[in-house]
Amino acid sequence: MSTPSELALEVDGLSVSYGDVQALRDCTFSLEPGRVTGLIGMNGSGKSTLFKSIMGVVTPQQGRIRVEGADAGVARRAQQVAYVPQSEDVDWDFPLSVGDVVMMGRYGHMGPTRRARAADRAAVAHALERVDLTDLADRQIGRLSGGQRKRAFVARGIAQEASLMLLDEPFAGVDKRSEGTIITLLRELAAEGRTVLVSTHDLHALPTLADQAILLLRTVLYQGDVEGALEPRNLTRAFGLDLTGDADSGGAA
Amino acid sequence: MNLIDVIMEPLQYDFMVRALVVTVMAAVVCALLSCWLVLVGWSLMGDAVSHAVLPGVVLAYVIGAPFAVGALAFGVLAVVMIGVLRGTSRIKEDASIGIVFTTLFALGLVLVSVVPSQTDLSHILFGNILGVSASDLWQVGVLAAIVLVVVLFKRRDLTLFAFDPTHAHAIGLNPKRLGWLLLGLLAVTCVVALQVVGVILVVALLIIPGATAYLLTDSFRTMLWVAPLTSALCSVVGIYLSYWFDASSGGLVVVTQGVFFGLVYLLSPRHGVLTRAVRTRRTRPTRRHRRPLSPPNGSISLSRDL
Repeated sequence: MSTPSELALEVDGLSVSYGDVQALRDCTFSLEPGRVTGLIGMNGSGKSTLFKSIMGVVTPQQGRIRVEGADAGVARRAQQVAYVPQSEDVDWDFPLSVGDVVMMGRYGHMGPTRRARAADRAAVAHALERVDLTDLADRQIGRLSGGQRKRAFVARGIAQEASLMLLDEPFAGVDKRSEGTIITLLRELAAEGRTVLVSTHDLHALPTLADQAILLLRTVLYQGDVEGALEPRNLTRAFGLDLTGDADSGGAA
Repeated sequence: MNLIDVIMEPLQYDFMVRALVVTVMAAVVCALLSCWLVLVGWSLMGDAVSHAVLPGVVLAYVIGAPFAVGALAFGVLAVVMIGVLRGTSRIKEDASIGIVFTTLFALGLVLVSVVPSQTDLSHILFGNILGVSASDLWQVGVLAAIVLVVVLFKRRDLTLFAFDPTHAHAIGLNPKRLGWLLLGLLAVTCVVALQVVGVILVVALLIIPGATAYLLTDSFRTMLWVAPLTSALCSVVGIYLSYWFDASSGGLVVVTQGVFFGLVYLLSPRHGVLTRAVRTRRTRPTRRHRRPLSPPNGSISLSRDL
């Protein structure tokens, strides 16, 4: 896990374009370990592109990303980066059980055939217990509720022993009670020293969820405490009300 | 005539024994691969690659190289061409696939017609299961074994690729490489199955068993048993039918697979259409979460970063 003196995530001058469309422009911020950060922006603001850059799915034109002081690629291979996908990006009919999905968090720790050892099984059992899904380990993932589905993927990150957890819209399609459960879980993970970055448009949950917030509209408009982020003048800028029409052109959701 | 005779009589002919051995090998390997193809959404890719390998096979024949090498080269070529066409023009993916594989397939037909050989065109198109020689048997056996071993060792990575390529990225793996591995296996498997059902029907063996197994179980591990077993069984039944009714063997192999899929579609304990209807009538009607017909991202296949 992270040493407190280091920055958990440093994004420096990041620019990403898809063809002619610039999704991120000179994006710079850093996160300290042990905190929950809300990443706020509308569709097309570049939230997903930022996540994809951290995970190496897209290659930035400019800028660099460091995780725990190391190059992002090195950090990924060291199993430092975990990801909880948006619900709509998951094939919920896929014939895998909850335990199978959580075990995928261990793949980076395993040999080339990804054969589970005792340590891997123990890590999965521990992760399932943390998110309270032990009883549902053998259930097919599509047969979970919205909140349970999210917790299954959080468990995958716990099993992975990642220090940086990225969650893409974790509260979409989740009822209020489950949302509370997930928030409590994320706060616990941060208290243990993990760094949690949550993209969300759920502004109501923000004060209980996050220690700080980042407002994104293809570049970082604001980074600071949650109260400041929720000030009308900042929200107006982030949601592009003074940039008539222009904000819709970004293709990256 | 009793059932024993029905089963035993064809086995007194060597060509029937070889036919059955090759069929089972092809059915098993194709069925294993089909589990991933169906879940990744690569059925169309399977169709495309299985047709596009034809010119490669013919050229390999001409220069005396193993068929698998030619198939691999043209399978990869097809995928690259599809990707380039889609990526650099306004042509959409399904049209790109259609253009590339039909053109390569047609090129294969032209090559077959100009290359002097004793191989009959119809054997390549529709298979020649009753004409399997001992050396054919060897070639198919070696290729099937290679695919089997690779699949066995990399099955968990392939499943990760099928389920969540983004997670593969996040843990430092290269999903693109896994995609190419799957495509390479696909091209080699096409050669294995070519002799049994021919180029045109290979895709049936690459889709139907996986789809059948997918309707029968919610566990991928179980799918990897169910698909090869049912596929082998259906194929053997198909060969026997072709012997006793003196009809197209490749055709009957695929028809048997299709009929079996139809039964599973209707009667599968959990996902069968009739089973579900009966269950809904018995219990209070509940709205089930239905899977959309196309993958969630709306794109057919290559959206997995290939």
